[in-house]
Amino acid sequence: MQLSRDALLHAYRQMATIRQFEERLHEEIKTGQIPGFTHLYCGQEAAAVGVCEHLDNEDMIVSTHRGHGHCIAKGCDVTGMMKEIFGKRDGLCKGRGGSMHIADTTIGMLGANGIVGAGAPQAVGAAIAAKLDGNGKVAIAFSGDGACNQGTTFEAMNLAVVVGVPAIFVFENNHYSEHTGVGYAVGTSRDIASRAEAFGMKAWRANGCDFFDTYKVMGELLDYVRKEGKPAAIELDTERFYGHFEGDPQRYRAKGEVERLRETRDALKIYRDRVGEFGPVDMAELDAIDSETAAMIDAAVSEAQNAEPCDPAHVTEDVYVAY
Amino acid sequence: MAIMTIRDAINETIREAMRRDKDVIMLGEDIAGGAGTAGGQEAIGGIWGTSVGLVGEFGPERVIDTPISESAIIGAAAGAALAGKRPIAELMFSDFIGVCGDQLINQIAKFRYMFGGNTRCPVVVRLIYGAGMNSGAQHSQAFYNLLTAIPGLKVALPTTPADAKGLMNEALMGDDPVMFFEHKALFGKKGEVPEGLHRVPFGHARMAREGGDVTIVAFGRMVSFAEKAADALAEQGIGCDVIDPRTTSPLDEEAILDSVEQTGRLVVVDESPPRCSMATDILALVSEKAFTSLDAPPQMVTAPHSPVPFSKELERAWVPSPDAITAAVRRTLDWG
Repeated sequence: MQLSRDALLHAYRQMATIRQFEERLHEEIKTGQIPGFTHLYCGQEAAAVGVCEHLDNEDMIVSTHRGHGHCIAKGCDVTGMMKEIFGKRDGLCKGRGGSMHIADTTIGMLGANGIVGAGAPQAVGAAIAAKLDGNGKVAIAFSGDGACNQGTTFEAMNLAVVVGVPAIFVFENNHYSEHTGVGYAVGTSRDIASRAEAFGMKAWRANGCDFFDTYKVMGELLDYVRKEGKPAAIELDTERFYGHFEGDPQRYRAKGEVERLRETRDALKIYRDRVGEFGPVDMAELDAIDSETAAMIDAAVSEAQNAEPCDPAHVTEDVYVAY
Repeated sequence: MAIMTIRDAINETIREAMRRDKDVIMLGEDIAGGAGTAGGQEAIGGIWGTSVGLVGEFGPERVIDTPISESAIIGAAAGAALAGKRPIAELMFSDFIGVCGDQLINQIAKFRYMFGGNTRCPVVVRLIYGAGMNSGAQHSQAFYNLLTAIPGLKVALPTTPADAKGLMNEALMGDDPVMFFEHKALFGKKGEVPEGLHRVPFGHARMAREGGDVTIVAFGRMVSFAEKAADALAEQGIGCDVIDPRTTSPLDEEAILDSVEQTGRLVVVDESPPRCSMATDILALVSEKAFTSLDAPPQMVTAPHSPVPFSKELERAWVPSPDAITAAVRRTLDWG
């Protein structure tokens, strides 16, 4: 597999943006300016980007409560997201959604979701729409190892096979369902892909900390889905660098676990180690992207901090289109 | 105007909508019916007969028989709607909202609001409801009150063939999620149905009877019972306004308040247990906004606070009756 310089640099920029967005939120949350629950995507960047670099705006995704990475990878406006997470009136969802409910249907981002497992059937519905439109588009449900235990996910996988639609179930196995270990909570010997296979669809597995592996395997999966019009699944073995939510004391972690993961399973480090195999990219170019990204995140935070708060007079707007 | 049943009015309205708009699709259990069987995919046409012939005309890609997976049915309808379709999802019994509650109350009800007003989710969920067929505790409930309590959902409950058509067209041409409650005992009810694209706007009550002495607000099948009671009372010289709100969300408050301001007497008839019901909701509305107009304490005619029983004798005792409505009307007149 060889990739163009543009493709390589874009993928890195997306991962760097997610990483810096989340690392910065981790700091900003401590200041008390960000209300509510926040679930950070740090560590899983290669998963979202390895999948979404194959997509365009007509392809659709549904996301999870840990959705910032999927939003950025699908192309949501980063400043709009930051404002949303700060709860500001011109946030991407007017301050009514917050961290767990970011969506932009104009780019095929059908919504992050506060309910674990709720998105999978919605992706099947979007895939039904894609099949009817006959436009070759796909719909992807991002799910975690937690959502793989929800009945909705089982129902969705079965329905997708029964109706034969281009729905793709991406299971990001970060080894923790909230605070519970996957070895305990996933009965199929920690293996999620085999569940999809049991429902009658093809399933792939990839290293979800390695952009190149995820991207390559996802490419094979998409070739199959777009050609056959059938559903498929992929399990991405990935890592969560922070807790379930910000403020989680993470007493369930082994001593030194996060330090080890950051050393050996960091998507950005792995990218730098491997990029030479896929095309000529200079490390200085990646450094420059890091700097540009840092400046962009700085600006986004600053804009969010200074943005107008929500107006209480708007509390009942947009409940309905017409009522 | 053609005379037809509510069942046929719903079937015809959906058929016309699917002809008019290729984005209208259907999902549900057995709605085509018989998929994967020797009888063939049109063997059933929906257990209520409301989707007979549709799969033949529009094909299994648009009239989708689903596995028994209510969360997936409503969830898939939600996703298809976000992707630009106008799905009609059928819950064979409204009792099944317990199975797919999340997709109804946390998902489709909230997308537009929590995503900042940038999305539309025009799902029509058909919920077949109601007691009177000895279907037991899990296949007989009238849950329109539960979904009326959820901001973001609209709730319609047609009681005539014309309104079935008009409200269904309104639901299919609007951009909000609509919970469309169809009483299983009303499917065979006949009436005139206007030709063409007949629409009934939501939030506009129908005055089923005008009498002027007592206001009866009734919901769903209870409208027929209220009409029966009103007709009997009319023969005794007591005139009742019978108001069929047609939609509980939005609710035509004005029609109810206007009538109560004239009559000073209110009876609400609701095929639900009494607590947190449409009956208590209407009483609260009138207490708050028409308190000084009342000449007697408002009366509720509801089911008792129990599950719906099975046996004929018990179920008959459970469902509010025309006699109970008559008695409630008399209580408002005899008071003081």
